[in-house]
Amino acid sequence: MSLQSSFSTRVRRPSVGFPPSAIQTVANWRQKQFGLLQALRNTSTMQRSGVMLLAAGAGLLPMMAGAANAALAPGKTDGADTLLMLIGSALVLLMTPGLAFFYGGFTRAKNVLNTMMMSFFLMGLIGVVWVVIGYSLSFDSGFKSPFIGGLGQMWLNGVGGELGDAALAPGFNISASSFALFQGMFAIITPALISGALVERINFKAWFWFSLLWSLFIYCPMAKMVWGGGYIGPFGEIGAIDFAGGTVVHIAAGVAALVSAAIVGPRTGWPSGKRPPHNVPFILLGAGLLWFGWFGFNGASYFAAKGAGFSFVATTFSASAALLTWCLIEWFRDGKPTAVGAATGVVAGLVGITPAAGFVYLPQAFLIGVAASAACYIAVQVKMGIKFDDSLDAFAVHGVGGTVGALLTGLLAVPALVPADYFPKSAEILARSGNLGLFVAHIKAVLISYGFVGIGTAIILWIVGAVVGLRVTPQEEERGLDFVSHGEEGYEPMTY
Amino acid sequence: MKLITAVIRPSRLDEVKTALVDASIIGMTVSEVRGFGRQKGQVERYRGSEFTVDFLPKAKIDVLVGDHQVETALSIIESAARSGDIGDGKVFVTPVEQVVRVRTGERGSEAI
Repeated sequence: MSLQSSFSTRVRRPSVGFPPSAIQTVANWRQKQFGLLQALRNTSTMQRSGVMLLAAGAGLLPMMAGAANAALAPGKTDGADTLLMLIGSALVLLMTPGLAFFYGGFTRAKNVLNTMMMSFFLMGLIGVVWVVIGYSLSFDSGFKSPFIGGLGQMWLNGVGGELGDAALAPGFNISASSFALFQGMFAIITPALISGALVERINFKAWFWFSLLWSLFIYCPMAKMVWGGGYIGPFGEIGAIDFAGGTVVHIAAGVAALVSAAIVGPRTGWPSGKRPPHNVPFILLGAGLLWFGWFGFNGASYFAAKGAGFSFVATTFSASAALLTWCLIEWFRDGKPTAVGAATGVVAGLVGITPAAGFVYLPQAFLIGVAASAACYIAVQVKMGIKFDDSLDAFAVHGVGGTVGALLTGLLAVPALVPADYFPKSAEILARSGNLGLFVAHIKAVLISYGFVGIGTAIILWIVGAVVGLRVTPQEEERGLDFVSHGEEGYEPMTY
Repeated sequence: MKLITAVIRPSRLDEVKTALVDASIIGMTVSEVRGFGRQKGQVERYRGSEFTVDFLPKAKIDVLVGDHQVETALSIIESAARSGDIGDGKVFVTPVEQVVRVRTGERGSEAI
């Protein structure tokens, strides 16, 4: 199929290659996306209306682009849609410092800067890597492979045309440049999520090399496979749908966290020496910023302004349900709802709804929020029960929440929200064997992701460990990584 | 000259300070400290796992007084710091050999 035919080609030469027949105007197309409410009232209308766009959101565009589906109007850049992407990019960027606060609050005071730097630093490292080569490896088609992109769009060469305003692909009226930026923000936060499993013991040089290699050899292929028209996505063999990164971001980061925590090993003296979070307000601040940013992460993944309200609502609704769920569980089990629990529940719900945000209605979003929160709660307790030092529950929240979300997306996706124009393989599965069929496809997608990410992460860690070593010494752990790794202290009350 | 060291609940610090100043006992040094006595620690819970925190936050006050003020100061601190619940703290009195006021070089009770 046209997996390999690249939207990227079109993007680079926007004046070429659009069939004149596609003059079916953007206005017309946009008219169709109009109102979910209307769609809800009239199911038949819905088939081709806003729904289609919703689906598009998932970052799927790239794939669709590849498919050059005849039913889609050629892209004509729309200002409002592009603005959504630009604002969405800013929102998603803010999630990384948000995550730094979220994680930083959990660690000991002597490790707070190091923990925050493991996220914050990636805004530099991956920010550069993405423009130079990451985007090209994820969304170019030069290698004609369903597993990896190409080198044709290094330095974002040609993305968005001469003026940067060329549309991404047929059916997508956002500028290609805003899409590349938006995707870059996802590439930054994904390895940052892994740091939660490794804090307070990993050597910063190892983290530098690990996140660089992981981004190139795990994240970019995952993005290609799921979003870039590759093997796992709606244009590939499997036909799984992932609206905003349940697989690419959360399962990938979660599995990498699990594997790397197992390989790097627990913190010295853990669990007998475990300490409570040093700054719970940081955790709440971070969770708040993550929630705020997630409007961009999921909401803007709709890729069109008019209909994005729906994915915004599903996102925040799921987070609310998950917060409530986590707190109620604690209230019943332990007698008190906790602030840390509320923050964790929010993240679990946001992770859970990520693959589904544009493919479900609100009752399903509610269910996903509740299920993800409960599953993550159980996972955290199991982790403590088996004494496995996934220090900040990166797997227990992102891995488990992402997996639950991905599987439930298969079970609960509304066929009307998965139009064949944008998701040919997935729509075919739904038509042929219903949600159970898509569920099976998602099980396959999850298993492939676990296998690929798990093995790839282990190999990268083995190489990095052999070359620069993974851990600081126990003495350095005791001293604190803020000083050992950065020569700074987070808190120095006696200096005036 | 005596040094009165009181380890009290942080929430009572303001009342103790105000009561001492009202009695013209001027000057104190305050530190944030942690410790335990009969109250022992407390159990906290994060993401479902329990942490026993042995050392609870307390305020430590050091007040330097002349011999004739010791009883007054003690009863003021005692009444201002008392809640009646376990964990109200303790007060120690120790003799002081010498006091120097750094600015003027005064010695002894003049320096209090």
